[in-house]
Order: sequence, then structure tokens, then C-alpha cells
Amino acid sequence: MESVSKLKLGVAKSVGAASRLSGRGGGTSLPGKLLLRLQDDAIARLSSELPRGAVVISATNGKTTTASLLASVLGRSRIPVVHNRAGANMAGGIATALLDATKHGQVQGQLGLFEVDEAWTARIVEQTQPSVLLLANLFRDQLDRYGELETLADSWQQMIAQLPAETRVVLNADDPLLAGLGADRPNTLYFGLTDTSHAEPVPRHAADSKFCRRCGAPLEYEAVQLGHLGIYRCPNGDFARPTPQIAATKITTHGMEGSEITISTPDGPIDCELPIPGLYNVYNAVAATAAAHALDLTAGAISGGLAAARAVFGRVETLEIGGHSVALMLIKNPTGANEVLRTIAEESAPFDLWIALNDKIADGRDVSWIWDADFEMLAGKVGQITCSGTRAEEMALRLAYAGIDRKRLIVERAVEKSFDAAVADSVRAATPIFALPTYTALLELRTAIAKRGDAPSYWGST
Amino acid sequence: MNDSPTLRICALYPSRMNIYADRGNMLLLQHRCEARGIGFELTASEAGEHVDPDAHDLFYIGGGQDSDQIQIAGDMLETKQAALAEAAEGGKVILAVCGGYQLLGEYYELADQKVEGLGIVDLRTVREPGERLIGNVMIEFEVDGSPRVLAGFENHGGRTYLESGCPPLGRVLKGHGNNGKDGFEGVHVNNVFGTYLHGPLLPKNAWFADHLTRLALGGDIELEPLDDDLEDLAHESAIRAAGGGSGLMRLTQR
Repeated sequence: MESVSKLKLGVAKSVGAASRLSGRGGGTSLPGKLLLRLQDDAIARLSSELPRGAVVISATNGKTTTASLLASVLGRSRIPVVHNRAGANMAGGIATALLDATKHGQVQGQLGLFEVDEAWTARIVEQTQPSVLLLANLFRDQLDRYGELETLADSWQQMIAQLPAETRVVLNADDPLLAGLGADRPNTLYFGLTDTSHAEPVPRHAADSKFCRRCGAPLEYEAVQLGHLGIYRCPNGDFARPTPQIAATKITTHGMEGSEITISTPDGPIDCELPIPGLYNVYNAVAATAAAHALDLTAGAISGGLAAARAVFGRVETLEIGGHSVALMLIKNPTGANEVLRTIAEESAPFDLWIALNDKIADGRDVSWIWDADFEMLAGKVGQITCSGTRAEEMALRLAYAGIDRKRLIVERAVEKSFDAAVADSVRAATPIFALPTYTALLELRTAIAKRGDAPSYWGST
Repeated sequence: MNDSPTLRICALYPSRMNIYADRGNMLLLQHRCEARGIGFELTASEAGEHVDPDAHDLFYIGGGQDSDQIQIAGDMLETKQAALAEAAEGGKVILAVCGGYQLLGEYYELADQKVEGLGIVDLRTVREPGERLIGNVMIEFEVDGSPRVLAGFENHGGRTYLESGCPPLGRVLKGHGNNGKDGFEGVHVNNVFGTYLHGPLLPKNAWFADHLTRLALGGDIELEPLDDDLEDLAHESAIRAAGGGSGLMRLTQR
């Protein structure tokens, strides 16, 4: 395939430099959007220059973290990657990552590592022709934007049907919505959790896809790990969880410190110390391991890469603010929020909470989902809760009906102002504080505190 | 209804028809009953289970994906249609939301099939070409002679048309409503309520939860006032999201 002209690359690059200097954001996707205007197949052209091809990762939850874990493993393997690490995961973001990697008109780097928005996955896969496609989970999320889950799963099925035989498809065996998508491909690689000691006693309210996609019968679960992920079978024998070749066989969690996991692979077991908390991050680590296995990376690189994992932008990121540590944890849909709540509810000491619920397009304009998340887990564990964001009052009402004493609830829509007040109060009470923003509230907060020098800038890594 | 009444709710197909967090409605009704010393009983009726129209005061059916609706529609006709028709006739409260609302009518016509509905209200739903109708929505109707506002969120591919003589629930102030054309939203016949305001509409409109509770308990019961500061703020927040002004907010103050 022909390359992209140096002139077009240069124009798009200079726009990127200007938008970053202006400090107004948009630098992670604007240059790529412009490049795509100048050359509509720029993603295909530039990614074809990558000698090892590309890995495409999609999921409702955990794609940024999974890509970052895999990036850490690839770093240990000394494979230079082109990675949309800032999380801009639609066409503009992918094109920007490729553009940023060009030098003298040529893409520098061996392998593309792209996390991709669910609704954009089919288009990006068609353009990048990845060597590895990792689909990690599908949960109820922003139905106003993505539509119904079944529709998305059907479109992914069609996408997989059009892939060349050599593409390695990596699927979550524990997700009944995804596991069936690999049935026709002999080289499908499955990952999952076989240690059931952290399983939920019953599926949570938000669990989706509890029904067989073929006959409609309710699936029988031997264990529910989180959401609708687990060990399941159709009672009519239509379908059962495939045996994962990459499996977490032993999981020991250590609260907010992280987990120890043993991951079995066809090449033998790998012991890992994962420094990020929660069972959801165990899933992310096993998914990254499966992709690394598909890329023939070594066990040493995998365990070393996972152990060196750092929290990514707003995903259990700890900030020091005025000598006080604040853990930032993105919430965006019921299953993701449940896993964050489950992780912090395990803390033995009391804590304060700041929750920001925005309803902008990137958050999903429909805030109904807060009634599906089990905020009841917080009752009796939390000191003071500040509710912020464009729909702060509705968040507060949700918490009141989750059994939180109304006297503990503070409502203030302004993100930065409410955050400062919440931190000041928690410093006074000497309690840790968890900050749970939706996506655009996270961006707003992160920008505000980076300006004051309390956190590394969003652009720190570019 | 004298001393210690109980609100007896039957939730239809809650394991399937729950996609937009319909559980919020049950939570709201339950907590408000408990705060007032009213008993609360929630029964689920899933596929294959018959319903006793006299054993419940309020029937609820929520939203589901098209595939869920198709799965339950046949069972609903077989095991629940007669009981629900009798309940509707007898003045029981039925609240049907989103996908559940579509199933109240004669049929829901999709591209490749026609799903037969309960036929207890005179409406039809058709999946027409074009975008789904998505967004914040606000409707107005009169309750006991005073105008009231319901605010919420709608997300539906089907367009619903009421037969002449079949009254809507309200008039659309903001958003799309039944079909994005005639300015009507929902249906309201006797004590049967259908609406596209999906999922947790009662948390956004606590007054409507109380209205339904009153109707379900016989209509002449006085409900003890609660500390509703947060409920009122949440209602105003939903109105604001739909683009409603402060005048409407004043209108909704009790």
C-alpha cells in the first residue's frame, strides 16, 4: 500500500502541536481527524507500514487498562509500539497515534496497539487488518449511544466472519455474549478465570445476557465472577463456556494493593503480582496475557510487565493533594461501577467519597444506569459523600435510596469546587477519600488539578 | 383501606424486562411505603407463571431489548393476558414502561415479524425506518385538576399510534413521545399507564410514585408527607436536563 505524503503528515502534525500548545485539549484526536480529511484511508496506509501488524482491543470495560498492561509487557519484550495511550479510541485517536509515530514520512515502531471504542471496532479492524483481535467483554453501557447489546454482538459476529483465517481472535470465555463468536475459527484463543473463590453468590441486578443466544433459555451458572461473566451453560445443551487456554487458576486479592495471580498457559503457568486492585483488573491482566501469548511473548516478559503496571489515567490513579492521597476511579456503567464499589467496600477503615455524575455525550446522556449499580454496598462504610456533576441531585437521591443517611450527603454541581471542599473535609477528618467521576467529569477534574500542579499533566507522556 | 395497608406489586418478567434500570422504580415504591409504615410486597412473575389478578394492587412491566420482547410475548399471551385484562378492567394499576408499554397494545411490528401484544389498550407500535427516538423528555398532564410534569429519558425504535378515542398519558413538552409526530406521549386508560419514559422514571418523579401508590391502595387513602427535599431536587434536575425552564419547576412544586 502507498504511504501518506509528507506534506499531508506535516500539515496534520503542525495542527496537533498548535492544539496542544493552546492547552485547550483535543490534541489526542484532532490532528488525526484532520489527517483523515486529507487522506481518508490514512489509518490503513500507515498501519500497513507496521512490520508486526496491529493488536486491536475492544470491550465495554477495561480496554484502556488492558492495553496499558499489554504495552508494559511489550516494553519488557523491547518491541516498540504505536499506542493510542491517551484513550482517544475512535478513528481520530487511532490516526493521531499513527501520525505521532511518523518520522520523515515513515511510521516508526513495530506493532500497533489500539484500544478501540465498541461502535468503531469493525471499521478500525477493517482498516488495520490486525494480527490479533482481543474482545474482552460486553456490558450494558450507554444504550443511547451503542444501542442494544445483542445488536452490537451481532455486528461483531459479522466482523469476525470477514477476518482472514490467520488473524488470531482472542475472546473472553467467561462472557456468554462473546464466547460464541469464535466457534467457527479453529485458532480462537480463549481466556477466563477458573478460580471461583471470589465469585458472587448471585448475579447482580445489572447482569446482562443471562440467556442462551440460540434458544433463549436462562443460562445456568456454576459461578458468577462479575456482571454476567462466569462459568455457565445452556440447560438445553446448545452452548457452554469454552475451556480457556489462558486461565487465572489462583487469585489472592490484597485490597487496594492489588492481587497475586497464577495464570495457566499452554506453555506452563505464570505467577504474577498485579499492583492494581479488584477482580476486574484480574480480568484485564488475564486478557493482556492472552494477547501477549498470541504474540509469542515470553512468560518472563508477561510477569515482569504486569508487575510493573501503573495505574492509567483515572483508573485507580492515586494523587497526592495537599499531603492527602486521593484515589481516582472512573465509573461509567453499572458493572464497572459495581466492581469499583466492591473493591472500595472491602476497605476496613472508613472513607469519604466524591461522586461526579455528568450526562454529556461521552458519558451517555441517559443517567438511568445509576439505579442498576449496587450503591447499597456503601451503606455503613462511608463517612461523607459529595455528589457533583450535571446530574448531582439525582446521584444523591440514588444514594439516599441505597440506605445512605441523607445527612451525610452534600450536593454541589460544580466539579472543581465540590472536589476541593470534599478533600478539605476529608483532610480535617483524617479519612481517605475516593473520587468516582464519570468520563467527562474525570477530564474536567484532571485538567483542573493538573493546572495547579497536583497531578502530572494529561500530556505528560506525549 | 383502614389500618396498615400493604402495597402488593407484581413485576412481570423482571429478569428480562429490566434493561434501563427498571429496578429503580421498585426501590422508590418500596422505600416510600416503608417510610410511611405501609406494607410492601413484591412478587416476580416470570415465563410460564400464571398471575392472580386479585393478589396484587399494581402490575409493573419494564423495558427490554427487541430479542427479550420477542422471547416473552408468546408466554405473556398464554399465561398472563387474561389475568392482566381482568386486572385492567377491575381498576388495578398497571404501569408499563418502554418495551413493556409496546406490549400493552395490539401488536409491535418489526422489520421481519409482528409481535402480538396484550391488546388491553387500543394502540399499535411499528418499527419505522429512521433513527431511534432518543433523549431527555418531558410531558404534561392533569391530575385532579392540576397540571403536573413527568420528566425522564426515552430511547425507542418503535413508533406508537393511539386509536382515536384512546387517551394519551400526556402532551409532549420536550422530546419525541409516542411517535415524534402527533405530540402525544404514553397511554392512560382507567388505571393503566403506559409510557416511553423509561427505566427509573419514578425516582425522577416521586410525586407520580405517590400518585400510583394512592390509586393502587384504593384512591381515597391519605399518604403521609415525607421529607422530599432531594426528591424535589432530582425532579428539577430531570426537568432541567430536558430543557425545561424554572417556570415549569415552580409548576411542579406542591
